[in-house]
Amino acid sequence: MNDWTRAETTVVASAREQPAGTPPVAVETAHAAGEPLLSVENVSLSFGGVKALSDVSFDIRKGEIRAIIGPNGAGKTSMLNVINGFYHPQEGTITFRGARRQQMRPYIAASQGISRTFQNVALFKGMTTLDNIMVGRTLKMRRGLIMQGLRLAPFVAEEVRHREAVERIIDFLEIEHIRKTQVARLPYGLQKRVELGRALAMEPDLLLLDEPMAGMNLEEKEDMSRFILSANAQLGMTIALIEHDMGVVMDLSDRVVVLDYGRKIADGTPDEVKRDQRVIDAYLGVSH
Amino acid sequence: MLYRETGQFKTSYVKDMQIFPIRQDRIGIALLLAVAFVGVPLLAHFHVWPFRSEYLLRAILLPFLILSLAAIGVNILIGYCGQISLGSGAFMGIGAYMAYKFGTGMPEIGLPPLPVLASILLGGISAAIVGILFGIPSLRIKGLYLAVATLAAQFFFDWVFLRVKWFTNYAPSGSVSAPDLVFFGWLVDSPIEKYLLALMFVTVIALIAKNLARGSIGRQWMAIRDMDIAAELMGIRPFYAKLSAFAVSSFIVGIAGALWAFVYLGAWEPLAFSIDRSLQLLFMVIIGGLGTILGSFLGAGFILLVPIFLNLVPSELGVPLSTETISHLEFIIFGSLICFLLIKEPHGFARLWSLAKEKLRLWPFPY
Amino acid sequence: MSLLGPFIEVLIGGLLAGVLYSLVALGFVLIFKASGVFNFAQGAMVLVAGLALVRSLDFLAARGAPVWAAIALGLVFAALVMAVCAFAIEKWVLRPLLNQDGLTLFMATIGATFVLEGLAQMVFGSDVYPLRLFPTDVWIVLDGVFPGGILINKLDVWGGLIAGALVGGLAIFFQKTKTGRALRAVADDHAAAQSVGIPISWIWFVVWLVAGLVALVAATVWGTKLGVQFSITFLALKALPVLIIGGFTSVPGAIVGGLIVGAGEKIAEIYLGSHIGGGIEYWFAYVLALAVLLVRPQGLFGEKIIERI
Repeated sequence: MNDWTRAETTVVASAREQPAGTPPVAVETAHAAGEPLLSVENVSLSFGGVKALSDVSFDIRKGEIRAIIGPNGAGKTSMLNVINGFYHPQEGTITFRGARRQQMRPYIAASQGISRTFQNVALFKGMTTLDNIMVGRTLKMRRGLIMQGLRLAPFVAEEVRHREAVERIIDFLEIEHIRKTQVARLPYGLQKRVELGRALAMEPDLLLLDEPMAGMNLEEKEDMSRFILSANAQLGMTIALIEHDMGVVMDLSDRVVVLDYGRKIADGTPDEVKRDQRVIDAYLGVSH
Repeated sequence: MLYRETGQFKTSYVKDMQIFPIRQDRIGIALLLAVAFVGVPLLAHFHVWPFRSEYLLRAILLPFLILSLAAIGVNILIGYCGQISLGSGAFMGIGAYMAYKFGTGMPEIGLPPLPVLASILLGGISAAIVGILFGIPSLRIKGLYLAVATLAAQFFFDWVFLRVKWFTNYAPSGSVSAPDLVFFGWLVDSPIEKYLLALMFVTVIALIAKNLARGSIGRQWMAIRDMDIAAELMGIRPFYAKLSAFAVSSFIVGIAGALWAFVYLGAWEPLAFSIDRSLQLLFMVIIGGLGTILGSFLGAGFILLVPIFLNLVPSELGVPLSTETISHLEFIIFGSLICFLLIKEPHGFARLWSLAKEKLRLWPFPY
Repeated sequence: MSLLGPFIEVLIGGLLAGVLYSLVALGFVLIFKASGVFNFAQGAMVLVAGLALVRSLDFLAARGAPVWAAIALGLVFAALVMAVCAFAIEKWVLRPLLNQDGLTLFMATIGATFVLEGLAQMVFGSDVYPLRLFPTDVWIVLDGVFPGGILINKLDVWGGLIAGALVGGLAIFFQKTKTGRALRAVADDHAAAQSVGIPISWIWFVVWLVAGLVALVAATVWGTKLGVQFSITFLALKALPVLIIGGFTSVPGAIVGGLIVGAGEKIAEIYLGSHIGGGIEYWFAYVLALAVLLVRPQGLFGEKIIERI
């Protein structure tokens, strides 16, 4: 049994016990057999001569937390980019909410309820925290240019309504004190939290998180885990998560898919994947 | 002590979202508007200093207002939405020439001469339509490449206004004069009246621009500017955001062009809207502050005042400079200032102003 | 057959004029390849080089120096002036803006353009100064085949030979030398290049100096053709479509782009311009570049940009 999984377990366990500020979380509800929300089938992606993904298939069930793990360069971020519609695979299909497509388009992905965070924080550096999260509400704002230009009452009412929604997210993520700060001035950990807020503001059905814990210390990881779990349990969000911290992966996720050199090498519950010899080899760097 | 927010609590989101949330700012703006709308005309009417002659009104305040308006338009495109454009001069020209055509009538399609206000607005709309057309490449190309595409627009329209005689109503000299400025029966011909006319256009349009900038579309523009890929993945449609920036920007620049031709120049040639004008507007928004409405005013004021300063001060000191030397000095000063600002304060004078205000909040304490 | 002769003449004239555009475009490509900066000031550098050369030539000739000595000393003086410019730009514009994005650096070069133009004209004067370094008469060839023969401008041919020599030299420099490789590293990533010990300040000085020398060569040819005057700076603007069509990072692209623009302009002017009023040369190159951009954004020879997030 590999002990490297045990060391970090305590982090998430404590987060699960006291999700502060929110009602007690019924952890068992979101798991097990929901119908697939998203499935990718036989997806292959290459850039010039480099094959980033080869014949990858897996699904993400409604209401679960699905981790995508693998060594660096395995193609995990490329997979998320394919789901988002930013990269277009040469082969394979993506089925989201029953509609099967050769490739996604970013606008369709976003408007149908997929949002995400990025490996290198992709916040809008010229704006404040509040404005960044308000951008997440763009899809829901309908009032046109003339209303905005003349600042007519229907537009102001809509703006206030969405401001209230954004303030709820700001409360949830405990970032009230930085709401008017330019995000470029924030420390890395807070920037990642703001980015999560922006993704949550879209009220997505599927939330894609690309290494949300990267560069964080223990406390910050506890907080982040708490937010992710609450989003899943309270708001019913399905979450796909790329992460390197094995403790987080093992404790947060319901199922795990493992990529290596662009291929899927394992798919199952955290325990199953932990014991899979191919996974152990990949991480220990055994040549194959 | 003077500039404090203490005691000013916002009790609703609407109050928090105002243009000027701080009471001192509101008082300041009210004073400024009072001076602009009432004070200046009164002083000028009675020829009180500094309005002893018409020079200040006619040659400084009037062009300042119109160029600030153009700078606001350019700022929306370059500063808020991040789409670099070297063709704004051409859009001023489109506004001017189309307003001229609407104002003098188009018998070919049975259109009689329209009233001046309508002509100016239609000039702006024509510029907006062309702006959208030349903005379409921005969906595929960015940055530098887009700058070259806008240069194509600039040089193309330079040629059009020179060679296509229809625009100048087949005038043999190639230059045209504006129709009489009659607004709802009132003939605008004195410098004070022209100033007030320009002031009204500028105030209204600046307010609308500020509203757009702090509304949803302004956030979309800034998102596209800062990280267009992430913006698209958040559900912002680059097509809509970029083309709306081109449309709004070109509309405002077109109106400024029509005002420049009709109200300031009176009679003009295509040279008034050449690449020099485009670069001048670009410098105004960089120096004044990209992505701010205030910066458009500050930049326009600065660029207008430097040549006057260079003219007056050396001759007051007894060392008059030749016009050639002045124009070379202008080049050197503007160029160095651009480099200096880009290095030290890329957000221009507007940021220096808000830094000063922050210091003022703490005054007389140092921190 | 009687139409073919004039067409060939226009074509050759256009191609050779295009080579002259390539000369200016080469300076751009050099700087862009080596520092990732698009140097709007290249045209101003041609002006500075030209003014330094022609004024020193006139100065020396007025004091009775023999022609060959005046030319040699003039070239040396102009090269020194370009070295000073390179040093100043590196120190006061590029170094403070290290690691900033391309657009900021581009706008800084616009600022530098204005400073160079103002200073050069204040120091050296702002008239039109004729330059006589190359023969400017014409050859008439093939007058047995085509009536009247085909007119070829000797200056344009000289320009072509010089451009060819420059291209060859630069290509070797980039591919084969250690400095050339370092330059390509710097162009890709300033911070990374610094972290492996590449001395960026020195590299940039070298690059801008070489670009300045390329500008000097361009100034000798263009100055002979048009006289050294302020409007030479608009050449920089004309080189932009050349770069778009050829691709910003490609030396052969600059040549091919120049040929296409030169020939295209002349042919459009003669055959299209007569129908719609003339003066097409003013904008034809830009519209052509726009069309290429829409179809192939990286130009004919440029590298395709892959965005990552």
